[in-house]
Amino acid sequence: MAIPMPATRPVVATPKAQRGPAFLSRLDELGRELWQDKLGTLGFAVIVALLLMAIFAPLIAPYDPAAQSVISRLKPPAWLPKGSWEHILGTDHLGRDVLSRVIYGARASLLVGVVVVLAAGTFGVVLGLWAGFKGGRTDSVIMRIVDVQVAFPGLLLILLVISVIGPSMTTMIIVLAITNWMVYARVVRGIVLSVRQMPYVEAAEMIGCRTSRVIFRHILPNLISPLLTLGILEFTNIVLAEAALSFLGLGVQPPATSWGLDVANGRDYIFVAWWLITFPGMSIAITVLAVNLFASWVRVTTDPQEREKRFAYQRAKAAARRGRKAGAGPASQNQGGRS
Amino acid sequence: MLNAVPAASPAPPLLSVQGLDVTYETGAQGFWGRPRAFKALEDISFDLRPGETLGLVGESGSGKTTTGRAVLRRIKASAGKIVFQGKDITNVSGEQLRKLRRNMQLVFQDPYASLNPRMRVIDIVAEPLLVHGLIRHVDEARDRITELLRVVGLPADAHDRFPHAFSGGQRQRIGIARALALQPEFIVADEPVSALDVSVRAQVVNLMQDLQKELGLSYLFIAHDLSVVRHISHRVAILYAGRMVEVAERDELYDHPIHPYTEALLSAVPVPDPRTQRQRKRIVYGGEIPDLVNPPPGCRFSTRCPLATAQCKQEAPKLTERSPGHLVACWNR
Repeated sequence: MAIPMPATRPVVATPKAQRGPAFLSRLDELGRELWQDKLGTLGFAVIVALLLMAIFAPLIAPYDPAAQSVISRLKPPAWLPKGSWEHILGTDHLGRDVLSRVIYGARASLLVGVVVVLAAGTFGVVLGLWAGFKGGRTDSVIMRIVDVQVAFPGLLLILLVISVIGPSMTTMIIVLAITNWMVYARVVRGIVLSVRQMPYVEAAEMIGCRTSRVIFRHILPNLISPLLTLGILEFTNIVLAEAALSFLGLGVQPPATSWGLDVANGRDYIFVAWWLITFPGMSIAITVLAVNLFASWVRVTTDPQEREKRFAYQRAKAAARRGRKAGAGPASQNQGGRS
Repeated sequence: MLNAVPAASPAPPLLSVQGLDVTYETGAQGFWGRPRAFKALEDISFDLRPGETLGLVGESGSGKTTTGRAVLRRIKASAGKIVFQGKDITNVSGEQLRKLRRNMQLVFQDPYASLNPRMRVIDIVAEPLLVHGLIRHVDEARDRITELLRVVGLPADAHDRFPHAFSGGQRQRIGIARALALQPEFIVADEPVSALDVSVRAQVVNLMQDLQKELGLSYLFIAHDLSVVRHISHRVAILYAGRMVEVAERDELYDHPIHPYTEALLSAVPVPDPRTQRQRKRIVYGGEIPDLVNPPPGCRFSTRCPLATAQCKQEAPKLTERSPGHLVACWNR
């Protein structure tokens, strides 16, 4: 057995121009893979639709969400007796159009939810990684800070900060991020502690990887699925927390609106006018469901083993379907796979 | 089967370990508590010549893995000296230690856990080249990796597949390819075949031997399987409870063991002939392995040794040369 060892000279790098189309074709491939997962596609479509709705709210909404009209207050949705097509989802106690408010409400709710989850998540993940990776005293100190802040009532802190600085969208986002990062730190630290013991992490250190590469290349990918799940659960929490703050007058300031604020406001009318609370509530639910469906696809896609399993399963299903259509012959004879 | 040739080169040793101690700190009591010391290795000394395989044998907890990790500077030595290629590397750290990794590599015991499940084979094998700046992008190394994979006996289409698509033996080959990527001179093989099927074991061991012949590698081969060690090693060292009890050329050690512990260990190796096997007598000693947090002052085997005397309990025996190249630590033999 002759073993010609490869030369140690670095080969000339491929020109950067070639990477552009490669990136596009990868995106195309991912798109096709997503299309195979109907629920994931649905989730993705709903997310895109919600984002478009939030961005183009002034073009879509039939009314100004803040325009009041006492004559037409508490009108039910169009399909109920006394309802009219002028206000498809009815009106609230001040005669404001519920549909318009739902469309505009998406802006504040999505913005606050997404930004707070990202900000708190980033901060929590960084601290959790640091604590878990360093261990020892660093770990103890960081986790005690987490404990202290978990024990401290979040709402009290929020009230203090907002009453000093004054309510605004930015303040609310910062304050919610400050009071919600701890759960990420705890989860991440736990996972890092266990992954750090894996032989492949030791292997990475043994071949001479720098610490940053070990963390980002070998440890961080293991956090994707728990963080996705956690982030989505937190998103709901944040939307509701935003509602609570807005209800107290410390969050979104009228005439602006948000789903949470409408849910909170409609609470008093729940027995007379169920639509006030139902439609914004449903919007929150649909958003969370869509994010969940899409995230479930992302989770599988980022795990090579799960991804191959899904691929094989879909192939087998497609083959069986074609076998039934052909009417004769066992499904296993079908060799044509999907691209 | 015994085709390993004893390397009798008088060249200076590639690796020289002198009086190595490793102390683990265990269970600090509370936030301000003082950690207790656990002496995992005490006074380990050996040389490794270029192109030589030193087999390291011992029972669980005897310090085999710790020795391998300490030599690679993965675990801090609390005393002693490690000299590699004529340079004292005992206290090297940071970037220098990272550079050192180019010349010393590790093959892991568990082929299932030692490969990152989220990386393709090519990414795993090319990573050492990447982190040492020999290539800038994995694709540059494609040909080189193909060659490496061929050398370790993997199919050429293994590149873009993930580790879970391979069997244990194949995964171990990927691990070996990763260790070879930087063309190191010294490889610590930490029980590389103990997690594999017996049928695959021979293949991997033979592969390692072939690579040694072609590339002039030196191995520190850690194992608890005495037959495998006999097959691959030129010299064998026996560890017991963190101390070295006997070192000798392979055949010398297997044919003429001196230390009572080595004798007992060798008597436990089954012989592939039922009649001979039935007539053999296994030596079994009672007693307990000493607690390494509070080790006895004398010989660590004295708690189980049939020959133990008052001297054994008081004073630890040093490794002394009995015949050329055959060192034993025992007062009574």
